Amino acid sequence: MLDGTKLNQKEQPVDVTGAQALVRSLEEQGVEVVFGLPGGTILPTYDPLRSSSLRHILVRHEQGAGHAAEGYYWATGRPGVCMATSGPGATNLVTALADAYMDSVPMVAITGQVGRPLIGTDAFQEADITGITLPITKHNELVTDPERIPDAIAEAFHIATTGRPGPVLIDVPKDVQQATIPWKPAGPISLPGYRIPGPPSRSAITAAARLLHGARRPVLYVGGGVIKSNASAELLRLAELAQAPVVTTLMARGAFPDAHPLALGMPGMHGMYPAVAALQEADLIIALGARFDDRVTGNLQYFAPHAQIVHADIDPAEIGKIRRPDVAILGDLKPTMTGLAEALNAEVSATGTQPDAAAWRATLDSWKQQFPLRYSQEEGGPLKPQYVVERLSALTGGNAVVVAGVGQHQMHATQHYSFTQPRSWINSGGAGTMGFAVPAAMGAQVGRPGELVVAIDGDGCFQMTAQELATCAIEGLPIKVLIFNNGVLGMIRQWQELFYDERYSHSELGQAIPDYVKLAEAYGCYGLRCDSADRVDETLEKALAATDVPAVVDFRVHDREGVFPMVAAGQSNDSIILGPEFTADEQAAARRRDMETR
Amino acid sequence: MTTHTLSVLVENKPGVLAHVAGLFSRRAFNISSLAVGPTADASVSRITIVLDGDSTPVGQVMSQLDKLVRVLKVVEVKAEAGSRSQLLEVAQVFGASVVDMSPTTLVLEAVSSPGKLDALLAMLDTYGTCEIVRTGRIAIGRGAGAITDDAPAAADDEWTAA
Repeated sequence: MLDGTKLNQKEQPVDVTGAQALVRSLEEQGVEVVFGLPGGTILPTYDPLRSSSLRHILVRHEQGAGHAAEGYYWATGRPGVCMATSGPGATNLVTALADAYMDSVPMVAITGQVGRPLIGTDAFQEADITGITLPITKHNELVTDPERIPDAIAEAFHIATTGRPGPVLIDVPKDVQQATIPWKPAGPISLPGYRIPGPPSRSAITAAARLLHGARRPVLYVGGGVIKSNASAELLRLAELAQAPVVTTLMARGAFPDAHPLALGMPGMHGMYPAVAALQEADLIIALGARFDDRVTGNLQYFAPHAQIVHADIDPAEIGKIRRPDVAILGDLKPTMTGLAEALNAEVSATGTQPDAAAWRATLDSWKQQFPLRYSQEEGGPLKPQYVVERLSALTGGNAVVVAGVGQHQMHATQHYSFTQPRSWINSGGAGTMGFAVPAAMGAQVGRPGELVVAIDGDGCFQMTAQELATCAIEGLPIKVLIFNNGVLGMIRQWQELFYDERYSHSELGQAIPDYVKLAEAYGCYGLRCDSADRVDETLEKALAATDVPAVVDFRVHDREGVFPMVAAGQSNDSIILGPEFTADEQAAARRRDMETR
Repeated sequence: MTTHTLSVLVENKPGVLAHVAGLFSRRAFNISSLAVGPTADASVSRITIVLDGDSTPVGQVMSQLDKLVRVLKVVEVKAEAGSRSQLLEVAQVFGASVVDMSPTTLVLEAVSSPGKLDALLAMLDTYGTCEIVRTGRIAIGRGAGAITDDAPAAADDEWTAA
């Protein structure tokens, strides 16, 4: 009898609701936090959520939940999870999903849907969210069978986190959440149409290493894939072994330490001159988890005209999408770079010669000297945003997690902060989503409690998602928000100045409304203001010292400051504009680039 | 215009056609035709796509299609001249007649039971089927009696009847 009972317990599964199965499936995936906001059709799931081990962060707008999940991923490397109800709750996630898709961020969104009998009837708060998000998710599924919930969730995490990562949305009708089913944990993943590249090809790696060994002007063009692959150590080893300079794209800032002698900084539209010019003059570009984005290449016709291309990526569709590679390496970057280093060593042993990089290094070093980032902070003059970033970088030793919105402040932040480690720079790159910073910083702080998380935001961006300050204050997330308040949509203003004859059409916001100090205080945060360079340090120190509630600083910065260098959209990288701090002679020299080494 | 024909096997699940079609509009790929047909396996459908090869990078289309989770396999269909005689042999065995022929394609017409047609399609699969049009089962009773004999007249003259 005893045996029989035991057998019975084993064989008879416990009955659970679909909602319980959903929450339990999330727990089994090791999820620790869900960012969300309840509503009618997701209510069944919120009930068991209350008694589960999952931490739930109640956001003030679903978009905030999405960006928080993204920030959480960037800061921790673990997939972010967000939850919303059907209809407007789900559509409010759309911007964050599009953002995550563009930047290959692994995240799982769970949405409630109207009950199965109501689907297609224009029911209250019904939206075809799987239809809406088809082109902006790596995958999505409307779960119509409650017994599929555990498998659907397991598959969602598998798809989101493997291969080229991306967002996955699971839409669960209310009656599916309410149904009673026997609990059965997810079975083995069965996705016949989903393939992940295997280990990188040895022959491709050998061919690439041979090119690298023979190159006279190589550049490692490092993209966000290196961060995703947690391959910074492998990158450092490869760069030092090859003595090859490194450019880190906007998505890869922090993948390679900025203070390293081989670091050239960021390439692209607002890249540092040595990084932009190095790609233009290179005879070999090794693209590592980068996708030849138009913001990096400028006019493609004139991009890197002398370079052979090695393209290493985990996504086969990226290879040859924009620029045809001479050698393609398909697979994870970690083993790719380990393999490249080994193959390069073998090449050195076989030929008895080290890669010859001395002349190239000398050229690059002279560019660093001649054409650095330049701005002027005059004493008693208007406060410059670059100065604030430089002081933040110095005061934090480059060790803060820096989160940015989109615009001038984002470019100033990534240019002037000296990054020391991966996962310390979080921003919206591909989609360019204004309003990203505050909620993403919130997610990052959840993932890395006790660490310094600093959002650098523009006044335009800040007002799009500022309400998450309430969430931060209540949840005890002491993020710092530095608003670079210039009273204008700065990047828009800069383009209007340069390309629209200074006709400032609808780009002025006004510096005084809202009063950001009062707004901060209304949200239960510290509010500070600073409008002069000599008070930047003490203001930053005060803000950084706050550990109980968030701190918000209204930095009143100069509204006419531009972001330079700049390559105008659609132009060749060779027509780079150094900016007003350089003389005409310097500008001409920068474009001429007397290349002794070519 | 050079055309390329892709044969795409997909899981027969809701939304998969929308996903494939959406990919083409989202990535601005030009297609000249798209046809969906069944395969011998009810859980798998075949989508046949004819692409404008001048304006659309075929390799990129195939890579992007292959990334969709519900897409099982993508192949480019190229009818080789050498396979024509083999195809004609298959057609003969199944009693199918050839109604059109071009340098790279054959159009066959076959009338038979579902089981026999499935077997024919399975054979043709190996050569790459561009397109299938298939009716459901159609039937007619033997002998003189016809279904129309004592069927009520259709109410197409409601106005006068009233």
